[in-house]
Amino acid sequence: MNKLYKNARVIIDKDDIKKILDKLTDEIYNRNKNVEKLLIIGIKRRGELFARRIVESLSAKLNVLFGSLDITLYRDDLTSIDKKPIVRKTEIPFNIDDQNLLLIDDVLFTGRTVRAALTELVDFGRPKRVQLAVFIDRGERELPICPDFIGKSMKVDKSEMVEVKLQEIDEEECVLIVPK
Amino acid sequence: MCPDSSQIKGLNRKDLLGISDLDRTEIELILNTAISLKEILERPIKVVPYLRGKTAAFLFFEPSTRTLHSFSLAARRLSCDFVSVSASTSSVLKGETLLDTAKNLEAMKLNFVVVRHSSPGAPHNLARNLRASIINAGDGCHEHPTQALLDLLTIREHFGRFNGLKIAIVGDIEHSRVARSNIYGMSKLGMDVSICGPPTLIPRDIEKMGVKVYYDLKKAIEDKDIIYVLRIQKERQSKGLFPSTREYIKLYSITEDILEKYAKEDVIIMHPGPVNRGLEISVSVADSSRSLILPQVTNGVAVRMACFYLLPGGEGGGKSVRRRA
Repeated sequence: MNKLYKNARVIIDKDDIKKILDKLTDEIYNRNKNVEKLLIIGIKRRGELFARRIVESLSAKLNVLFGSLDITLYRDDLTSIDKKPIVRKTEIPFNIDDQNLLLIDDVLFTGRTVRAALTELVDFGRPKRVQLAVFIDRGERELPICPDFIGKSMKVDKSEMVEVKLQEIDEEECVLIVPK
Repeated sequence: MCPDSSQIKGLNRKDLLGISDLDRTEIELILNTAISLKEILERPIKVVPYLRGKTAAFLFFEPSTRTLHSFSLAARRLSCDFVSVSASTSSVLKGETLLDTAKNLEAMKLNFVVVRHSSPGAPHNLARNLRASIINAGDGCHEHPTQALLDLLTIREHFGRFNGLKIAIVGDIEHSRVARSNIYGMSKLGMDVSICGPPTLIPRDIEKMGVKVYYDLKKAIEDKDIIYVLRIQKERQSKGLFPSTREYIKLYSITEDILEKYAKEDVIIMHPGPVNRGLEISVSVADSSRSLILPQVTNGVAVRMACFYLLPGGEGGGKSVRRRA
């Protein structure tokens, strides 16, 4: 696996991803079971995939809608990147005014992605409330961002990257720690 | 979000001067980016902060409304500031050269220069001499790359593919930078390109660009998926290259009648605008459901946004520091 990465180590395998996601989905359900409607918005690309899975599990017992955000145009580090990242489509096919939103991302680190996502969301309307769920919280925040739901917390050294691999786009399912 | 390495691709060029310079992958990158950016045009607040603090200059030395407005809107949607200079109001009237005008603007900290000029190669000259990214908005009878890109985007949205599509470009090919840019782009994407017009308006050796030439409209449109109608540029017709407008209408105007008799039932009509109604195209064809003229205009804003997004915009380079969140 992962010929691309030297010295990469798997810290969460496929089965554990499912267990963690199930637990995360339960917590989201328990704290939102009384809301009339929950708009679940995933941050591209892997946050979107987690959001899709969560929407699928919740749709039987809760009124949920699915959307996705590409935060590329709202990043704060674009001038320091040599080549431009591919812009993908933001898809929010509903009005977010006065609605309950749940934002989902795969890894929470500095908090800059979430900051960008919140700025982008405001351009679509004024939600009643925005909650944040992340699959992994690796700490080391640089902005005052605090998640409402955490799949798994872990301490990871700044010199290492946490890479989530998901079947839909990576053809494997695991979480890796990769030295930079 | 963890951007993976496949996401980090650029256009790898400072300027957009012509479609002839681009390869298929680059054209597809611009079109894909335009499709993503088009979503912004549907939002309640139609602006993203991406180009905050950047500035573009629009140097238009030939008349333009659509292209200029389209570039202006594209810049606004990405939060790019701009100044607009037209030949009639600029110091060109006082004898300043194009290059001096542009260099002076660059000294005021510019990131992009969008230029339209009657001399072929004028944008290339600026590109060699300025740090800003130059976008060719039409240079003489040479190229008009963003027009071709918006046409390609419109075709892709309608058909979902390029390969094997048959198109006839009809009209004054000789003076048309739109035709030239489109021939380059469409051929690179695997389309089958034919041109049709009066012999005096077909450039010599055009077959070398890989197109089929027709002088008879009826034959040219026979099996085509798209008919691309060029504007008869009255301002470039002082030499009398066709006998009369009436004769042109009779032989080359796209009318319901001609389409019904000779074209495929589901043929699509495109036109770069502005339309001379009743001349190169009849009023009813221009307004018909087979006309993609207005979607072309919307896509114009999207591809121009994509160009502003993908070009480095003067400062380029910079140290690659990737932050992660």
